[in-house]
Amino acid sequence: MAEITKEDIRKPENLIYKKTELLTDKALSYCPGCGHGTAHRIVMEVLEEMDIQDKTIGIAPVGCSVLAYEFMNIDMQQAAHGRAPALATAVKRLNPDKFVFTYQGDGDLAAIGTAETIHACNRGENIVIIFINNGIYGMTGGQMAPTTLPGMKSSTSPYGRDVHMMGNPLKMTELVAQLPGTIYVTRQAVHTPANVRKTKKAIRKAFENQKLNKGLSFVEIVSNCNSGWKMNPVQANEWMVENMFPFYPLGDIKVND
Amino acid sequence: MKGNEAFAEAAIRAGADGYFGYPITPQSEVMEYLMAEKPHERTGMVVLQAESEVAAINMVYGGAACGKRVLTSSSSPGISLKQEGISYIAGAELPCVILNVVRGGPGLGTIQPSQSDYFQSTKGGGHGDYRMIVLAPSSVQEMADFARLGFDLAFKYRNPVLVLSDGAIGQMMEKVELDEQRPRFTEEEIIKNTPWATTGKTKDRERNIITSLDLDSAKQELHNHALQAKYKLMQEQETRFEMISCEDADYLIVAYGTSARISQKAVDLLRAEGIKVGLLRPITLYPFPTEIISKLADQVKGILTVEMSAGQMIEDVRLAVGCRVKVEHFGRMGGIIPSPTEVVEAMQTKIIGG
Repeated sequence: MAEITKEDIRKPENLIYKKTELLTDKALSYCPGCGHGTAHRIVMEVLEEMDIQDKTIGIAPVGCSVLAYEFMNIDMQQAAHGRAPALATAVKRLNPDKFVFTYQGDGDLAAIGTAETIHACNRGENIVIIFINNGIYGMTGGQMAPTTLPGMKSSTSPYGRDVHMMGNPLKMTELVAQLPGTIYVTRQAVHTPANVRKTKKAIRKAFENQKLNKGLSFVEIVSNCNSGWKMNPVQANEWMVENMFPFYPLGDIKVND
Repeated sequence: MKGNEAFAEAAIRAGADGYFGYPITPQSEVMEYLMAEKPHERTGMVVLQAESEVAAINMVYGGAACGKRVLTSSSSPGISLKQEGISYIAGAELPCVILNVVRGGPGLGTIQPSQSDYFQSTKGGGHGDYRMIVLAPSSVQEMADFARLGFDLAFKYRNPVLVLSDGAIGQMMEKVELDEQRPRFTEEEIIKNTPWATTGKTKDRERNIITSLDLDSAKQELHNHALQAKYKLMQEQETRFEMISCEDADYLIVAYGTSARISQKAVDLLRAEGIKVGLLRPITLYPFPTEIISKLADQVKGILTVEMSAGQMIEDVRLAVGCRVKVEHFGRMGGIIPSPTEVVEAMQTKIIGG
């Protein structure tokens, strides 16, 4: 049997995976094991597969993914903390033929941006909201988020979240599902290949909804924060499955077809 | 027309693409007029009542980042809420028009007219080193004119423009001549004239990113230097003012907006008594007409600033004058408009006899 060279391996027929051109070559700023990289990739893959990248405008938040525009090779705007749905509202209304999405973390979307989130959802803006929920403020160093679980430790709840003192975690996704303006509300994860496939399908459905002018699609991705949670990536994923998923169960919450 | 309505109609005719606002007295007529006019049918203009002033200014950010002509309006407490967004807009160098129909403060204050937002407007009410071009209308006609001028200056400099009105100008009715309808920008014009705008990345260009963030301090300093250079250019090219009876003046009043109209009457009353008084009305509060005030300081014996505030613009007048002549302030606060006779009296006691 002849020896297989690198050139043989690189033949197009052997190509089984290729990084989408909608991701730049810049090294991700995210911690190893973080879910952001995967989430970025599948959003960009969906845009590429739908061939809508040249008419898509993304809105980056404040938080770990504040620099999403460094990695997503499309036109993007960077919003003030929590305000991405307000920007997206105007961008879509002024450009109804464009595709518009926000990419926001839980501090951005469920704390400081609560009003913008709820009202954009309630108005039924024809946009996609991608909501990465890791139960903590990652960027600023692991402070308590609106989504931090009861008893969960963070730098501002060092003895665990005491719900009597610090209030309860907010299930924003269930909340927006109650609003008439949302057409599709789902909660997914990206910690296993099977979940990545499901999440990608959900994001595809969200953008297809926008294409059909159906209204607002809201995709939550429950993710990890091994740095903020003070765990290694494997432990963080296990902890997420054992603790986050029971509180934030995966699956579709609202599907209006 | 009311000043607020004239501004709204002029904005439609200036080819505005979008208005995003939140109701607050005494400027709610702007959005009421726009909604009643159905500009969507007239020109395709989008009008949206936002959930808050905060959301409204961020909608303006989103629209401006697409190269669209967008505007918002509010009154003092609402403008305070918009400061975060204004700072981001200035940092990201986005063009837009913001109308402040000023009411008395601080806090919820009063719904009556005031000029107590001068510092906030001209010195940067939000965080960071930034400036807006600040236009101060003193008539309903100027409310209309400055909507269009505001857009043109905003796009010329990629900078927010603030129209600093007050409750009196916003509410009062006067005859107004309106410009003809100007078409909204086409997609082609936006791509050609504002190549930085997020219009969707096509294969023939790099992606466009609208942000005020640069974590590299050296680059952020360079960005700030570029902003300062732009502001210097505005100072050189956009300073606007009106001089009334200044040629032979022995005394000078400096006043803008409603105060300028009252002061003009005071000038007439003082001249009837044989006292030669002139009026310098700044039309741009930023850039401030420092040079002409400095020049007039060599001619006159004293200067009175008239403001519906505790005296804010007076600081810029004093900077222009130095210690060459006496500069004093007269004003009313809390929503009270001074009368011409009060101004006459202030001139006589604080400047002429003082």
